[in-house]
Amino acid sequence: MKREAPQSIADYGPLFFPAGMLLVFFVVPFGTMIAVSFFQRQQGGFYTPAFVFSNYERFLSAFFGGVLGFSLMLAVTVAVCCVVLALPFTYLLSKLPRRLQVIWLVALLSVLSLSEVIIGFAWSTLFSRTAGITNILVQLGLMKQAVALSPSFGAVLTGMVYQALPYTVLVLYPALVRLDPTLMEAARTLGSSPVRAFFNVLVPALRNTIMATLIMVFIFALGSYLLPQILGRPQHWTLSVLITDQAIYQSNMPFAAAMAVFLVLVTLGLVALTLLIGRKGEKA
Amino acid sequence: MITALRRFYFFAIGLFLALPLIVVAGVSVNAKQTLAFPPQGFSLGWYGEIFLNPEWRSALIASVILATTSAALAVLIALPLAWFLWRRIAPWANIFQVLGIAPFTLPPVITALGLLTFWATTGFYGQPWTAVIGHAIFFVTLPLVTLSLGFSSIDRSFVEAAATMGASDRTIFRTVILPLILPYLVSGYAFAFVLSLNEYIVAYMTVGFTLETLPIKIFNALRYGYTPTMASVTILFVATAAIIFSLVAKFGDLPKLLGAMATDDK
Repeated sequence: MKREAPQSIADYGPLFFPAGMLLVFFVVPFGTMIAVSFFQRQQGGFYTPAFVFSNYERFLSAFFGGVLGFSLMLAVTVAVCCVVLALPFTYLLSKLPRRLQVIWLVALLSVLSLSEVIIGFAWSTLFSRTAGITNILVQLGLMKQAVALSPSFGAVLTGMVYQALPYTVLVLYPALVRLDPTLMEAARTLGSSPVRAFFNVLVPALRNTIMATLIMVFIFALGSYLLPQILGRPQHWTLSVLITDQAIYQSNMPFAAAMAVFLVLVTLGLVALTLLIGRKGEKA
Repeated sequence: MITALRRFYFFAIGLFLALPLIVVAGVSVNAKQTLAFPPQGFSLGWYGEIFLNPEWRSALIASVILATTSAALAVLIALPLAWFLWRRIAPWANIFQVLGIAPFTLPPVITALGLLTFWATTGFYGQPWTAVIGHAIFFVTLPLVTLSLGFSSIDRSFVEAAATMGASDRTIFRTVILPLILPYLVSGYAFAFVLSLNEYIVAYMTVGFTLETLPIKIFNALRYGYTPTMASVTILFVATAAIIFSLVAKFGDLPKLLGAMATDDK
């Protein structure tokens, strides 16, 4: 059957249900959120329709500037850590026999699908004084006394890297599997060591992929809303945490919505950048 | 030297991924209600607790019902859309593909907040069924991606042959297309199911005060008092995900689903 343009209304039939669902339950809620971001807040958790910019003006305070700066810094750090760890790993993974690859992929998917609640709980246990990793170090004689490692910035960072690492590997995986194997073989034949070939041939060849992955992991990390709460102190809270906090606990929907709109704009800007890089990469 | 280094790297990443789960597995078999590792005593009682304690059991049931229905709804949305985009030339309809992928690409808190304002405005806030729709929209990306991949791998000449012999669109769909894309449909459902089971923020923001799913229950327990049941539920979740993804790998082509080329392409 050739693909053909729809001839009659009936040909559009299959589109009705999916299009309707997506419009009513994604586009309309999205629009509602944007509308609410301009509404006036009323004491007691309600809001009245209005058109004010006061919710956006609150961003200009030093406090929110600090939170935004911290969120971006944290997401960048997570993205860099993940790509640095995942790139050699994914490369080695793509060279494994297929059966072993599948086992690793299942393991990565299982960790990736874990709820943030569960990751937070698991790491808070691992960082706790009574059941944590320091107990193992004490038993090995490396430490005198077990200590609590969370809440701290290191704990938040570790938890978020743990959450984003499988995602990073799975984003890199297709590009590395499709990579021309003769590239590395040529480098090896010409006498380069595997490590040197990796840095001097593979990394430059994958420049665009690496940039695109960094941005995707950055967006992924920006969405983390529970780990900073569970593993960090209030000064480690990110924009996503603050949005949840304002919406649920402070009942300030207009302000939460304004922050969410802002987060969308940041994300969309970055997605556009990823697409641009991807297009450039295809041309090259 | 290099082989040793490579082995060490695999071991280190594997340990990093497994360590928290090993500790949680250890904690889950503590004999008493303590958070201790290595475990003190051995008991599988905390696994029984998930099914016997009415609070945990109702959270488990709520989670399973939510995941089963929302994944089904996600597939129902994705299937006709993916089919239409494959069957017809309608460039503007690609906008719906973008809309299907957007909720998953944006930070989850945005979808959650959008749905919260929407349900609050329409007056359905807190109704348990709103979570089903929320998860279906949030995870529609997964069946949409697997099904688009499935359709693109169908040889159009099969369909042409069937059409030449006089089969109607409906018959072709049922007898030719459906069997060919079934593995992709099942894996799309499986991905959506597992992720819905683990999802917290959308469920919390839309039905958090009326319906307690397992992730919400774990989070509340984390705040208001520790119990080893949290650990046993965690292990149950990891095991469920591992089993489901292993089945997907066994009956489908996992590397291909994840974007690598199929074996015979190499």
